[in-house]
Amino acid sequence: MNVEAPLSTGDEMRTSRSGKDSGRYTEMPTPRFARTFAFAGSLARLVASLFLLFYCGSLNAALTADDIKGLADDDFDVKSAALDHIIAANDPTAQRLLEALQKETIVVTAAGEILIQDGEKFIDPLTGAPSQVSGDGAQSITLNNNLRSRVESGLSGIRMQSPDRATREAAINQVLANSEPALKPLIEAARAKETDPVLKSRLDQLWALTALQDPDPAKRLDAIRLISERHDPQLRGLVAPLIEKKPDGTYVEADEKVRAAAEAALHSMGFEQWKAEMVGTLFAGLSLGSILLLAALGLAITYGLIGVINMAHGEFLMIGAYATYIVQEQFRQHWPGAFDWYPVIAVPMSFLAAALTGFILERVILRFLYGRPLETLLSTFGISLFLIQLVRTTFGAQNVQVSNPSWMSGGIAILPNLILPFNRIAIMVFAFAVVGIAWLILNKTRLGLFIRATTQNRRMAACSGVRTWQVDSYAFAFGAGIAGLGGCALSQIGNVGPDLGQSYIIDSFMAVVLGGVGQLAGTIVGAMGLGLISKVIEPFWGAVLAKIAVLVLIVLFIQKRPRGLFALKGRSVEI
Amino acid sequence: MSVVTEIQPLALPSRQPILSRPAWQILILIVIAIGVLVPLCSLVIPEENPLHLSAYAMTLVGKIMCYAIAALALDLVWGYCGILSLGHGLFFALGGYMMGMYLMRSIGLDGVYHSNLPDFMVFLDWKSLPWYWQGTDRFPYAALLVILLPGLLAWIFGFFAFRSRVKGVYLSIITQALTFATMLLFYRNETGFGGNNGFTDFKRILGFPIWAAGTRTGLFLLTFAALVGSFIVCRIIVTSKFGRVVMAIRDTESRLMFLGYNPLGYKLFVWTFSAVLCGIGGALYVPQVGIINPSEMSPGNSIEMAIWVAIGGRGTLIGPIIGAFIVNGAKSFLTASLSDYWLFFLGALFIVVPLWLPHGVVGLFKKLVRRS
Repeated sequence: MNVEAPLSTGDEMRTSRSGKDSGRYTEMPTPRFARTFAFAGSLARLVASLFLLFYCGSLNAALTADDIKGLADDDFDVKSAALDHIIAANDPTAQRLLEALQKETIVVTAAGEILIQDGEKFIDPLTGAPSQVSGDGAQSITLNNNLRSRVESGLSGIRMQSPDRATREAAINQVLANSEPALKPLIEAARAKETDPVLKSRLDQLWALTALQDPDPAKRLDAIRLISERHDPQLRGLVAPLIEKKPDGTYVEADEKVRAAAEAALHSMGFEQWKAEMVGTLFAGLSLGSILLLAALGLAITYGLIGVINMAHGEFLMIGAYATYIVQEQFRQHWPGAFDWYPVIAVPMSFLAAALTGFILERVILRFLYGRPLETLLSTFGISLFLIQLVRTTFGAQNVQVSNPSWMSGGIAILPNLILPFNRIAIMVFAFAVVGIAWLILNKTRLGLFIRATTQNRRMAACSGVRTWQVDSYAFAFGAGIAGLGGCALSQIGNVGPDLGQSYIIDSFMAVVLGGVGQLAGTIVGAMGLGLISKVIEPFWGAVLAKIAVLVLIVLFIQKRPRGLFALKGRSVEI
Repeated sequence: MSVVTEIQPLALPSRQPILSRPAWQILILIVIAIGVLVPLCSLVIPEENPLHLSAYAMTLVGKIMCYAIAALALDLVWGYCGILSLGHGLFFALGGYMMGMYLMRSIGLDGVYHSNLPDFMVFLDWKSLPWYWQGTDRFPYAALLVILLPGLLAWIFGFFAFRSRVKGVYLSIITQALTFATMLLFYRNETGFGGNNGFTDFKRILGFPIWAAGTRTGLFLLTFAALVGSFIVCRIIVTSKFGRVVMAIRDTESRLMFLGYNPLGYKLFVWTFSAVLCGIGGALYVPQVGIINPSEMSPGNSIEMAIWVAIGGRGTLIGPIIGAFIVNGAKSFLTASLSDYWLFFLGALFIVVPLWLPHGVVGLFKKLVRRS
């Protein structure tokens, strides 16, 4: 048997293998501040440099040639000290110097004069005027990675006071994401000047991160308040040391009020973290559930109607996904401008492709096996092997790449450390829209009436003039089409490969077993329940044991409800 | 009163013989032929001689005989009791794993790391054997596990499934999920069964070097004996009164219940026995192919077993054996020459057999005989 059942079936595992950035619920870069401060070993060095910076910052003197002379030195520590001076100066001259350092256009002449090279000309860095000294033969000043990143953040620090709001915002965000202690005076200066309320609050938080070690208890208290307002559990590591005891029994934080505030803040942050985890689990569960729902819906319809478990159902998912891939490729080649709109075509195409395949299979093969459910099971398995191999020889055994339209990438950050990706939200919405349409078709159309009648009592329906054999074909095609839509959805969050369907099929069977057949509500509850249960167990036991636990739960569950949660009542449902 | 005495007592159908006289004769002939020819061809006749039985051919046939035992087991539940299990590969693999544990332990210090522990445990930096590995270096205990573990698992699962009268495709799906979940479990390194790679690199069995021609011939004959034994035991079961009730369950379970039978015990026995048989097949399989890994438990493998039974003819006991030989023979031929087309061929078999050969090859043969 060459069909390799994939190791992982949870959609999270698929996502992590795919190159798309959709699986990230919780990771957001910790601000480097947090990491730096949390790291106790570097604290002493840090405090010392802060004092120095305070001193320099408060002076805020214009830069002199002496201040920047260190840049030309071979020793990187001397260069670093010069950089401190420049950052602390916080004026246009400093900005000019930092920009030049960033662009690596700063040079030093043989006489030790520091100049900025601008094309053919040379500029005096302190005045900004063309230089009197000739810069010919000057050596450029080299920086190491550490200094380069300090130049970068220093520049952002200075730009935080730029008159342009967009520049300021970008700079603040950059500092917030990736900062260093040397920027503290710049943050304070920017905070004093800032008028925009949004940026002001962001600067407040930024400041709070630096102010936790401030000698003034009132400032520390203020900082803790601001941090806890940020509701970011990842900042816990910053506050946590404050309530710890030193080896000699005294607290790290001497002031009792600050300590109490820190404890309260930690408590609220712990709650925030718990909340984020809960919401994250819920979202992951619903996300998995909505995929299972799309896969299980068609299965439940055909099973309820003809009593046939369609082992090739997963391959309808695959056909839908490949149809999406083809449409996407066509758009990429012929209408790249309209690429964002390809789902508009891909959705109906994936439905049609799968439905057509289903219709043909029903007419050509399955029709002759009705009344022999176990043999139907086998021959649908054969169909599944056949389709997989067909796709493998046509498209190759490798996965193909389906890109998200741009509006589907990215995500919404509902909590600081919880990003809900748009593509998953879109799939949930899509799944429920499909269920809604299926409900309308089943309950409000003539075909739906026939399907329901045939499901409940085939002979009686036939006696009343329903062409049950036609109903079978249409219902089978309809179920296959819904699976095709599921495949279209799946292509947005994971890899598309020939054995795509195999990873979801067993779970969708389980959803059908759990929910019972013949009623939409059963499938919805079954799929969502299965998704949620899996995701709730997963953090404790891991994906594999969660799967086994779910199976055991289902076996125990059918002891009580052998026909699933929402069983049809009556004598006609003996299967 | 006189009326009552005139009623003839209901005549029970006469008991079917286990095998008809010609069938016994054929069977004994085959047993003698294999028992004499195979050792002769593999051990006595030198390798240059075209009559020599190569190790490859013997391993291949031995392997297929193990599959045939599994097919026989599946046929007992599907063909006679109406339970289509899509998880028999699990019992097969479990039997194999139990045997594999013994084989791993009997490698002794000859492994890559020259350690008392199996290589994969050294690799995972485990310091001592997990509790379930204790005692597996003794063959009788390992052989007991081969029977007990698949049997116990099948009994527990069957008890819950049959008690709530889960049947038909529902049951098939759940057995499939069972083998799938166990496969995932065995893929984990932490489970302690070698993870992805499973067990391989065996050195000896019962003190004999495992790749020696003599050992292989012995294993082959043992497998053949097991196959014949299973066949006869299955025949005994299906021709007994017990077997008639089992077939009645297959045909109409509800009517049987109205007659006062409780199907649970019958189903449970047949199901558990079938699992044990499958486990024995797996245990014989592992020393011959020299490897066991979790992919043996993949749902696809179990479903493939069903096609062996279907193509041979379910509801007959010779059918599954023929089916296992036809499909696996074709597989080893096709995967060697036209590997891309094997899945097409297999898929087509799955589609064609239920459509045009509902009673399999044996049914076709009977039809031809009747017509002529």
